[in-house]
Amino acid sequence: MKFTLNWLKDHLETECSLSEICDGLVRLGHEVEEVVDPAQSLSDFRIVEIKNAQPHPEADRLQLCTVEDNGSMLEIVCGAPNARAGLKTVLAPVGTYVPGINITIKKGNIRGKESNGMLCAFSELGLDGDSDGIIELPDDAPLGTSYIEYAELNDPIIEIAITPNRGDCLGVRGIARDLSAASIGRMKPLDTSECKGVFNSPIRWELSPDALEIVPRVTGRYFRNVTNNSSPEWMARRLINIGQRSISALVDITNYIMIDLGRPLHAFDADKINGDTLFIRRANAGEKILALNEKEYTCTTDMLVIGDRDGADDIAGIMGGERTGIRNNTKNLFLEIAIFDPVSIATTGRTLNINSDARYRFERGLDGDSPDLLSGYIARFVQSICGGEISHEVSVGSGVRWQRHIYFNPELTHQLTGIELTYEQQRQTLNDLGFVIEPGHDATWQVTPPPWRNDIDGQADLVEEIIRIAGYDKLPMVPLPRLSVVAQPAYSQEQLRPIHLRRMLVAAGLYEAITFSFMAQSDAALFDGGDDALTLLNPISSELDCMRPSILPNLLNAVSRNLNRGIRNVRLFEIGPVFHGTDEASQTLSCAGVLNGDFLIGDWQDRARSVDVFDAKKLMEEICRTLSVSGKSVQIHTPGPTWFHSGQSATMMLGKIPIGSFGMIHPEILAAFDIKVPVAAFDCNISAIPLPRRKNISRPLLKLSAFQPVERDFAFVLNEEVSAANLLKAVKAAAKDQISDIGIFDVYDGAEIGDRKKSIAVKVQLTPLDATFTEAQLQQISADIVASVEKKCAGKLRG
Amino acid sequence: MVDIDTLRDKFLKNINMAGDLDQLNAVRVDALGKKGAISVELAKLGQMDAEVRKKAGQIINALKHEIIFALSERQRLLAKQALEKKLEAEKVDVSLPSRPSIHAKVHPLSRTMDEISAIFADMGFVIAEGPEIETDENNFTALNIPPEHPARQEHDTFYLKPNTTGARPVLRTHTSPVQIRTMRSTKPPIRIIAPGRTYRSDHDATHSPMFHQCEGLVIGPDIHMGHLKATLIDFCRSFFGMDELPVRFRPSYFPFTEPSAEVDIGCSREGGGLKIGAGDSWLEILGSGMVNPRVLENCGYDSSTTQGFAFGMGVERLAMLKYGIPDLRTFFDSDLRWLHHYGFMPHDVAGLHTGIV
Repeated sequence: MKFTLNWLKDHLETECSLSEICDGLVRLGHEVEEVVDPAQSLSDFRIVEIKNAQPHPEADRLQLCTVEDNGSMLEIVCGAPNARAGLKTVLAPVGTYVPGINITIKKGNIRGKESNGMLCAFSELGLDGDSDGIIELPDDAPLGTSYIEYAELNDPIIEIAITPNRGDCLGVRGIARDLSAASIGRMKPLDTSECKGVFNSPIRWELSPDALEIVPRVTGRYFRNVTNNSSPEWMARRLINIGQRSISALVDITNYIMIDLGRPLHAFDADKINGDTLFIRRANAGEKILALNEKEYTCTTDMLVIGDRDGADDIAGIMGGERTGIRNNTKNLFLEIAIFDPVSIATTGRTLNINSDARYRFERGLDGDSPDLLSGYIARFVQSICGGEISHEVSVGSGVRWQRHIYFNPELTHQLTGIELTYEQQRQTLNDLGFVIEPGHDATWQVTPPPWRNDIDGQADLVEEIIRIAGYDKLPMVPLPRLSVVAQPAYSQEQLRPIHLRRMLVAAGLYEAITFSFMAQSDAALFDGGDDALTLLNPISSELDCMRPSILPNLLNAVSRNLNRGIRNVRLFEIGPVFHGTDEASQTLSCAGVLNGDFLIGDWQDRARSVDVFDAKKLMEEICRTLSVSGKSVQIHTPGPTWFHSGQSATMMLGKIPIGSFGMIHPEILAAFDIKVPVAAFDCNISAIPLPRRKNISRPLLKLSAFQPVERDFAFVLNEEVSAANLLKAVKAAAKDQISDIGIFDVYDGAEIGDRKKSIAVKVQLTPLDATFTEAQLQQISADIVASVEKKCAGKLRG
Repeated sequence: MVDIDTLRDKFLKNINMAGDLDQLNAVRVDALGKKGAISVELAKLGQMDAEVRKKAGQIINALKHEIIFALSERQRLLAKQALEKKLEAEKVDVSLPSRPSIHAKVHPLSRTMDEISAIFADMGFVIAEGPEIETDENNFTALNIPPEHPARQEHDTFYLKPNTTGARPVLRTHTSPVQIRTMRSTKPPIRIIAPGRTYRSDHDATHSPMFHQCEGLVIGPDIHMGHLKATLIDFCRSFFGMDELPVRFRPSYFPFTEPSAEVDIGCSREGGGLKIGAGDSWLEILGSGMVNPRVLENCGYDSSTTQGFAFGMGVERLAMLKYGIPDLRTFFDSDLRWLHHYGFMPHDVAGLHTGIV
């Protein structure tokens, strides 16, 4: 909402300065977005007269002008073709900053002639207007006067944000009303007396029964023999100052009243209306209206339109039609002042996708009394500018039932805000804002909001009005009481998991990424996603049209982008939501990561090592450890999901629940993401992993063996399909109680081992329970291990 | 009897001349070995009569101890010299680089959300969560935003295909539906914050289709707007680490709060740069207000006996202001150079006891 200071002062008697008014607006809840004060930048430009002008002896296009300024004569070199003796124009004296050309004027010498200032065109002042030459002012322009004062340009322009509830402040008068309630001036009266008119309107309304509910009140008047010239200077300037165009007096009047009183109007060229009736009705199916914006709209039967016997030509409350609109030569005018149902207007406006100033105001709710109350004022306003004769009013609709009572206990103000205000202060504020207070039952007041405050519907709204005027700086500062003596954790056990995982993975060398929760449906489809139910109806682009089934596609795109930027080793992870359905349970928390390039970076001592499937496996195991999942309870199922390399991937199972997968990304997937290097990845479904049972805070007693452990090495020759995991299981089974640690220290498949055979070397640590092992015991354990491997894995001790 | 002084001089001289442990051992054998000079003299004592033996014994034993002491001193010296020589031989150029380490950083948004959580945790808040695909009811209607409400138009909502009941799920446009979920599942008192992802179909220099918010909700007996004011002023000052940070409350409008307030912090824009703190300008940072009675009723609370406040803030905006990050879109680009520059070390844990600034 834009207006000028002088415009505001049409409605508000105030001694307050611009900055006091702006502070007041903010305190009232009207955020000031911008204040432009031309008086600050253009105050030095003065009106002068050219006394004499003659050609410059050294330049064809320049003239030497003698200018009278404050009684002294100045020589100025000027290049404007219209510079001539007797012309009154605008001078930028030496030392003035000229905003249009970004120059500060200095005393100069142009081709041998002194120049003491600059005669200006509109564009040099940063103003609109004919800029082919210097400004031409009428002969009666007062010499020596500041130009912006003369032209009434010294009117600061204020732009404020109006919150959606305050439709009443979408007019300058509404803003003045708010300011006056806050004691920033007093409202000036508005002459709302009746205007009888001198003849019967040749056009009448007919309200269709099926539109009764959404058309509570419409008034109209016929204006005969109006003159639709250009607007008076003052009105045109105000409209231009706030960024509107000045078109013609009649069109400008409708815009001006809309800004001035927040009251949209619609003007018909009465001579274009066929017949004597304007029908207010629901549109016929498929009915077309060519609107004033030169676009054609096709209506549906729930939309409200106004038209004559030739059909609809006004999308009510939103935009008028071209056929019956005002022309420059309009002689007879029919002017509509209406209240339409806000929901109906909003629905129609949204369906047709028309954002007009009228719609904006109608859907926020107008003053329910305004069609009748303002009818006289507006009629006289039109006549004062365009002349002509005014008809009697014609109207339809039973009226707006805006009257409602709110039973308000003034104690609530303190209860809800902590601010102490006397009943009298509260009563005064509500009265100043137009609320009517009558005694209610018990201690309450019966409060009737004014017709322009459609937003007020309960006691809390009244409290807001009262403290808004009192000022939010009156709110006390009261710290929240402590809930418990001992500080309680803010995170639940479940909420701590992503926090722990994040720190672990960053410490392990992976950067944390945060990527969009949506992705291209084609990418999602590669990762078992892309269901129609999870695609957006209105995506930003086809690249972001589907909820992600996995974080990995986004991370692969990130790898690709980073590789293209010349970064060789990319290690990224993200913890965030993935989506398998739209219900709550199908939105799960995932932790996924990607790695490429060197995991061990080479240097002068060590060779580099590229990432491989075991880096991804290790990170999955670290995730399990961080989430208190014991390694013993996890099984590896090969291969992993289809987006992994079929020979270098696995799914991790916790019992029957898959909790994640890891591996090298499948080459076809890499190609789909335009990646030409191997990428290792892991993807853990955090939500699938049960929370560990709460343990006692106190730890169980630590039992330490008093006896030294011993180590034994075994190398087994196995068929190549026997997995290392099965071998270790077989070894462990042989001496479950004694084996305290077990590891593989060599895998070998050289030719001498045999065709389709391999050798795996295992180191076993044995810890005695109650006495040092005897040699015989050790031999027995070793023999048991060899026997177990032979039985379960068909493995032989390597000779 | 040999001359003790001659023996002493000879052995002490030999001990001091011994250049390594082998030579020193030879001297030991010479003096104290089975046939060593001092051992021979000691053996002779047995043949002396008591009076003489006593005197001679004292002298020869004194010599023995003197030589043992000198031998051990010399041995310590030689061992030390030998070790120094060994260390000298093992010298390396320690200016060579150590092994390359891999390191990484936490995303600045995670850090910022940790900071927000730490501050509110200290005030007794707990973390609440909700799904990101929401129902129209939770995202709008229960929050007093009926379908034709003008505020709904400003939300630029992402919709999903209608489900079997014909309802269109939405991507939550704010974290406020967590208020509804919390109130519908919990009895007062409530003190929660809900950080998380939010979505609006808007993409330009200052808007991202996905961004983060942190919601707050406090419900309790006699919780009024003065509590809201103290809570949010304390938060702003803690978050930016400025005791004197100016904070301003001004009336605003949100359908789910009444009265509503927007919160500004002081800043200066002198010289084109933005500086948080005292200055002649204000920066909008938070929306807040007393929970609208209609919202309380929608959640099954009796609004005549229950009240509280709610607030919401944009996490990216807070991070950008605090850490001088100029461009919103870069948060989601996963550019390693950006993550390294704006990220945080994993051990740098945000907490009131460890510092959040």
